[in-house]
Amino acid sequence: MRSHQTARNLPPVGGTGEAMVVAHGLRKSYGEFEAVKGVDVEVRKGEAFGFLGPNGAGKSSTMRMIAAVSPVTAGSLQILGMDPATAGSAIRARLGVCPQEDTLDNELSVFENLVVYGRYFGMSRAAATSQADELLAFVQLTEKAKSKVEDLSGGMKRRLTIARSLINTPDLLLLDEPTTGLDPQARHQLWDRLFRLKQQGVTLVLTTHYMDEAEQLCDRLVVMDKGVIVAQGSPAQLIAAHSTREVTELRFGVGDNDLVADKVSDLADRVEVLPDRVLLYTDDGEAAAVAVHERGLRPLSSLVRRATLEDVFLRLTGRTLVD
Amino acid sequence: MTQAPAPARPGTLGLRVLPVLGGNSWRMVERNFLVYRHGWVVFLTGMLEPILYLLSIGIGVGNLVGDFRLGDGRAVSYVEFVAPAMLAASAMNGALFDSTYNIFFRMKYAKLYDAILATPLGPGDVARGEITWALLRGAVYSAVFIVVMVAMGLVQSWWMLLALPATLLIGFAFAGAGMALTTWMRSWQDFEFVQLAIMPMFLFSATFYPLSTYPDAVQEIVRWTPLYQGVVLCRGMALGSMGWEAVTAVAYLAAMGLVGVYVASRRLGTLLLK
Repeated sequence: MRSHQTARNLPPVGGTGEAMVVAHGLRKSYGEFEAVKGVDVEVRKGEAFGFLGPNGAGKSSTMRMIAAVSPVTAGSLQILGMDPATAGSAIRARLGVCPQEDTLDNELSVFENLVVYGRYFGMSRAAATSQADELLAFVQLTEKAKSKVEDLSGGMKRRLTIARSLINTPDLLLLDEPTTGLDPQARHQLWDRLFRLKQQGVTLVLTTHYMDEAEQLCDRLVVMDKGVIVAQGSPAQLIAAHSTREVTELRFGVGDNDLVADKVSDLADRVEVLPDRVLLYTDDGEAAAVAVHERGLRPLSSLVRRATLEDVFLRLTGRTLVD
Repeated sequence: MTQAPAPARPGTLGLRVLPVLGGNSWRMVERNFLVYRHGWVVFLTGMLEPILYLLSIGIGVGNLVGDFRLGDGRAVSYVEFVAPAMLAASAMNGALFDSTYNIFFRMKYAKLYDAILATPLGPGDVARGEITWALLRGAVYSAVFIVVMVAMGLVQSWWMLLALPATLLIGFAFAGAGMALTTWMRSWQDFEFVQLAIMPMFLFSATFYPLSTYPDAVQEIVRWTPLYQGVVLCRGMALGSMGWEAVTAVAYLAAMGLVGVYVASRRLGTLLLK
């Protein structure tokens, strides 16, 4: 097997099952623009794998290639052991795809959306119907079965899209920013559903720019920026490798933060000055806060918290806006 | 991208009943059928339109015009002359409506094809499925119109038995071309160009008066329009004046449809599978 040889150069792998996605030097260009510039990933059966990154990092382009709807520009890509260039249809038959934008069929009812989608996969009418019933219950939309799609709320549409992506009982579920634009209730509900799928052994590959989402759902993730992978590992590994254990946030008032920075720079592994606060990255945040006070500095407020994936993310991809 | 057939379960009845439909395109037809089950009123208006035209122009105007002689010397009434042209024109209009406006909307706004291409179906299935649907719908319209023609005594030949397949061929030609053109449309305004081509074609393709009305040079131009080919075919069948012109028409329309479907599949692939 070819993947055995290449596996040595790849990031540590969470699951032990068969390789669901193997990408090597994967590239995607649109004319002159290079969206993905050589990406190596391997996703194993049963894993929840995340692509993190700011807008324009190349996450969605990568996802579209994995979904076998976007030809690979260069490099190699194997999905479920098949080449998307020659076996696109056979690959898609075993995938579930939840796209970033809702692509529900507005001319059909909620229930029909699921049944018709099942028919695209070649399911019998009876099989598609019973699967649709089950899935509507799973995403708590049973009472909306006869509704028009346009009458659903954003969260409901999202749940319907998830249900639709499961109609063919996929081996691999691809979710492109599944909770973007949802309110907190809807997000938590959706996470709960995704978590259950994971428990059932469905392999998940998702993109997100929400760090809490990645921490909640992903066993392993890669951080992408400007078309390349800049870090990879489990959420805990990434925090350990790219941040300190804790962060002390000090607010001295606008304008004063800059002046203080020099006086506290030796108290932490790294100091970051923002317009409204100073961040001390250290393994013992409480000790740092005490030391600041001992130097006679009196911040308006101070807060010690654990480092999160967000700190890693901002460290790696910067604080400037990308659009 | 090459489209391997989906791991189709045995017993997909549709494929056996309609062997014309390659691969999985039957499933698109099924989807459209479900949609139109909700919107049958649209279906009804499409059916009535050509019949109203026939009554207004054929009978109304026909009373003022009186009979006239065909090339072979036979006398026919004006309504007999116009009816088969209406049949051809309505096959054209129906196919164009389905394959231009509807497909543009589904492609650009409803994102229907994006959702479908995430399944085992490919762009070719989408193109063939949509065109097949347009033809099935057109077939119902044509059948009703043909029955009306027979009932009004406007049919003089047994050739008319072939009129339904003839209208399907006309529909195929225009649906293929329409769908292919639609893949180049950028906005709704661009459809005005289609209208700009269709209106004069509808009025001047020997629909309302014989080709011989024109000077020779103009005749040559009209002869090459696709609607003229369709009119020749339908009129030949209704009035029993079939000749080599009909054979040319069949070849012309079939080629137009095949090229259209081919181009449409390719373009859909390029546009949607980026």
